[in-house]
Amino acid sequence: MAAKKMNLREKYTRMTRDLAWDFSYQRDEDVYKQMTMEGIKIEDWDKWEDPFRLTMDAYWKYQGEKERKLYAIIDAFAQNNGHLNVTDARYVNALKLFLTGVSPLEYMAHRGFAMVGRQFPGVGAQVACQMQAVDELRHVQTQVHTISQYNKYFNGFQEFRHQHDRVWYLSVPKSFFDDAVSAGPFEFLTAISFSFEYVLTNLLFMPFMSGAAYNGDMATVTFGFSAQSDEARHMTLGLEVIKFILEQHPDNLPIVQKWIDKWFWRGYRLLTLVAMMMDYMLPKRVMSWREAWEMYFEQNGGALFEDLARYGIRKPKYWEQSVVEKDVISHAAWGTFYNYAHAAPFHTWTPNDEEMEWLSAKYPDTFDKYFRPRYEHWAEQEKKGERFYNPSLPMLCTTCQIPMVFPELDDLALTCYRSSEYEGDTYHFCSDGCKDIFDNEPEKYVQSWLPVHQIYQGNCGGATVEDVVKWYHMEDGVDNREYLHSPDRRNWDKWTKKATEEEVPPKTAVG
Amino acid sequence: MPVNAIREDYRFPAKDVEANFHGNRVVYVGWDHHMMFCAPVAFPLPPDMPFSALVGEVLPNAYGMHPDFPQIDWDKVEWKLNGKPFTPDMDASLDANGVKHKSALRMRTPGLEGIGGSGS
Repeated sequence: MAAKKMNLREKYTRMTRDLAWDFSYQRDEDVYKQMTMEGIKIEDWDKWEDPFRLTMDAYWKYQGEKERKLYAIIDAFAQNNGHLNVTDARYVNALKLFLTGVSPLEYMAHRGFAMVGRQFPGVGAQVACQMQAVDELRHVQTQVHTISQYNKYFNGFQEFRHQHDRVWYLSVPKSFFDDAVSAGPFEFLTAISFSFEYVLTNLLFMPFMSGAAYNGDMATVTFGFSAQSDEARHMTLGLEVIKFILEQHPDNLPIVQKWIDKWFWRGYRLLTLVAMMMDYMLPKRVMSWREAWEMYFEQNGGALFEDLARYGIRKPKYWEQSVVEKDVISHAAWGTFYNYAHAAPFHTWTPNDEEMEWLSAKYPDTFDKYFRPRYEHWAEQEKKGERFYNPSLPMLCTTCQIPMVFPELDDLALTCYRSSEYEGDTYHFCSDGCKDIFDNEPEKYVQSWLPVHQIYQGNCGGATVEDVVKWYHMEDGVDNREYLHSPDRRNWDKWTKKATEEEVPPKTAVG
Repeated sequence: MPVNAIREDYRFPAKDVEANFHGNRVVYVGWDHHMMFCAPVAFPLPPDMPFSALVGEVLPNAYGMHPDFPQIDWDKVEWKLNGKPFTPDMDASLDANGVKHKSALRMRTPGLEGIGGSGS
C-alpha cells in the first residue's frame, strides 16, 4: 500500500518538531552548556516561530535546482569568454575585494551556525541554524566557483584563502567574524543574524550584485540570485531571533540592546570596504554610498527600530555619527588603499575627470573641499613617474583594525583619536563606538592580532615591504600597485582591441 | 571583567606589550590636516633615540614627499603628546620626553593646511 502523502503542515511537524526528544540519561544543562553564560533567559523554546516552515527534503530540492541553473550559466560564461563583457578591467578589482574579504566570512558563517545550532535546546532553532549553516557553505562554494572564471584571466585572486589570515586589510573582516563566533550563541545570532543579515546585509549584497549587473558581470549576478532567496530567509530569521529573545524575559532587553549597539558599529565599520567599492571601484556606478546609507539605513533601518520600540529597543548607539560620516568614509577608504596599494592584492587608481564630476555631484559638501585636491595631486605625481605610495605603516584602531582614517565629526579634515588605558597599556581607537566596545570587554581585544604590530614584532616574513608582500603570497608588480601600470590593464587593452580576431591568451601572457 | 566567550579559558596575554618589540617601542605620529597620508603612522623606535632624530631622520622619510613638508618651520610646530600640548626637548631622548610605548604624537603646522588648504 502506498504511503499517504503528508500535507505541508504535517510534513513540517514530522520533519522538524517531532525530531526532538527529551534527555533521560543526561541533564539539559550538561548537554547545552552555553545556554546560561550570557545571562539570556528562555522560558519556552516551543514559542520559537519558524516563518518559513521549510523541511530538509524540500530544502535539498530547491537548492539542487538553483545549483543546476547556476552551473549552467557558469559553463556558458566560460565558453563565451564572459569576462570580456565587463565594462572595464578595473571592475574586476571589486571581485578581488569580494573574494578575499567576503567569501571567507561565508565559510565562517557556516561554522558559526553549525556551532550555535548545536547549543540551542529548541528544535526549531536547531533546524534553522542547520539550514543556514548549509546555505553559507553553498555560498562560499558558488562564489569561489564563479569567481574562479576570472582567476583564469586576471591577477590577484589565487591566494585569497592564505591572504584572509594575513593581509592587513583582511584582518578587518576576519576579526569581525572571529569576535562573533567566539562570543556566546545568543550574541552570535544578534551579531550575525540580526545586526548584520537583517539590518546591514542590503548594503553588502545589493551593491555587489547590482554593481555586477551594471558592469556586465553576469556570472556574479547569477550567484547573487542563487543566494538571494537564502538571504531573505536569513534576514527573516534574524528578526525572529531578536523578537523571540525579547519576548522570553524582560531581563534580556539590556543585554540585547548592548549587543545591538556593539554589532551595529562593528558591522558599519566593516561596510567601509563596501562604501569604497560603490563609489570608486565600479566603472559604471549604481548609487553612491551616501544614497545607499540614506535608503537602507536611515529610512529602512529607521522604520525597523520604530517597530522594535515596543520591545524597548532603541536605535543603536552612535547611529547619528554614521550619518555624518556618510559623506566621508568611502573617500577615506579609497585613499587608504591608494596609500597602501603596494600591500593589497588588487589595484587602485585615481578617478578620471568624469568620475570626479560624479563624486562632486554625489558629495556636494565634501568631495571638492577635501578629496578632489588630493586626487589631482596624486594624478600629477603619477604622470611624473612618482606615483604616491605611503612609505610608513599606519596606526590601526584596536577594535575594528581599520587604519585610523576616520575624522572628527566637527572637522572632517582632522583625524579622530580616542584611547583607553588597560592594565598599564594604551589602546587606540578610531571612534567613540570602537572605544566603547573595547571598554566593555577589554580582555577580548588586548590580544588582537594587529597586522602593523605583528610586522614590527617580526611575525610576518621580515622587516621590509618586499618581505611582507612575499609572505602575503602576492607577486609584487603583478597582483598589487597602480592599475595603470598593471599586467591586468595591459592584457585588457590587448584583448578588447583584438578580442574578436585572436584567441584570448592566459593571464600571464603580457606582450 | 571576564569575557563572555564560549571557552572558560578565554584569557590571553596582551599581544602588543613593549617587550614584544625587540628593544623598540611603538610610537605613533600624525600630521593634522594632512590626510593625504590616510592615517597617523606607526614607527618602531628605540626609546633612547633623540627627539631631533625623529624630526630630522624619521619624519622626512615618512612625510617628505608632501609639498608642505619642506616649508615647515619646526620652531612653530604645535605638538601634542597623548592629546595634551607638549614642547619637545629636541636633544633629549624620546623616553626622557615622555614618549612611551604606544604614545601618540600629533603635530600641527600653522599656515600649512594640506594641498590647497584642503586638509589633504
